[in-house]
Amino acid sequence: MHEWALAESVVKTILKIVEEKGIKKVTEIKIKIGEMQQVEHEIFRTALVQLKPDELKDAELIIEIAETELKCRACGFKWLFQKKELGEDVLEAIHFLPEVSHAYVKCPKCGSPDFEITGGRGVWIESIRGEEA
Amino acid sequence: MIDPRISIIDERLRRVSRILAISSGKGGVGKSLLASTLSLILVKKGYRVGLFDLDFTSPSTHLILGVKGVQPTEDKGIVPPLVHGLKYMSIIYYSSEYATPLRGVDFSNAFIELLSVTNWGELDFLILDMPPGIGDATLDLLRLIKNPRFLIVTTSSPLAFETVKKLIGMLRELDVPIVGVAENMRTGSSSIQQESRKLNVRFLGGISYDPKVEENLSNVDGLLKTVFAKEVEKLLKHITE
Repeated sequence: MHEWALAESVVKTILKIVEEKGIKKVTEIKIKIGEMQQVEHEIFRTALVQLKPDELKDAELIIEIAETELKCRACGFKWLFQKKELGEDVLEAIHFLPEVSHAYVKCPKCGSPDFEITGGRGVWIESIRGEEA
Repeated sequence: MIDPRISIIDERLRRVSRILAISSGKGGVGKSLLASTLSLILVKKGYRVGLFDLDFTSPSTHLILGVKGVQPTEDKGIVPPLVHGLKYMSIIYYSSEYATPLRGVDFSNAFIELLSVTNWGELDFLILDMPPGIGDATLDLLRLIKNPRFLIVTTSSPLAFETVKKLIGMLRELDVPIVGVAENMRTGSSSIQQESRKLNVRFLGGISYDPKVEENLSNVDGLLKTVFAKEVEKLLKHITE
């Protein structure tokens, strides 16, 4: 499962931040998943729960989906990534590697493949709350 | 907003003994052919080898190796398929035959993504087929991967070697190990050996221009019988030492 690898990187990063910031007890972890990568929410959550070490056992896990915003570098047009316009194979390729969207997605206004993913790419840690030591 | 991917890269490469970037300042000098052939020869010698095509916008190692009908599998990440005995990773699994124009930030994201989810397992060598120049791929490699070594490819042309000098200069400044310079497509006498000596970089050897290579694209057995492959094999002692 690809989601497992993503979850592993999230846990490792959280532990690093907890150590750097001297957080004694983590109470809440908020993670965002960009729509474009179509990460399987439940598999991802299960992986996170299973990987969660003791230091994070009391933390509430909040996972939110974020819209993926695209902006054409050629004409400046802004739009939202839409799954329904793409075939299954293409969506699967984008799931594994969002940047290959440049092979399949074009600016709806001018047709350029030169667009920027301005928001909602991949998986990221939005915030970590806790009690500092 | 914190990108979690970078912190897992060391873990993904933990069981890879040696990382060797096949690099040049110039395009068209035969990096992909050399990277592919070298990988195949290392496999034949019994080493566990991975080949990662980092030329995301113009990948070609899949054409040299005749990669068809294979995809990575999923096991707590992605596992590159075995192609002629080597673990082979390329953007083509996802971009197929379509043009994938990527600016710097997109290249970096794609590189980080693949590094953070690819499970290479135990490898003696991970060979990186680099795109030309000292742009995003080289800078990201130096930023993201610990202890890579560089094998630098040039042709006999002073134009190629001038660009190679810049690459060598940058790597030297950053204290990055350089295995040496290989002179590809050699057709006669040349000054590359002397020029390398002047730069205090080991000259690994000359590889003759061999028209048989083009005839054996996608034919690995044929490729390994070429004069080119025999001469690439001579570089091995510098790589495995």
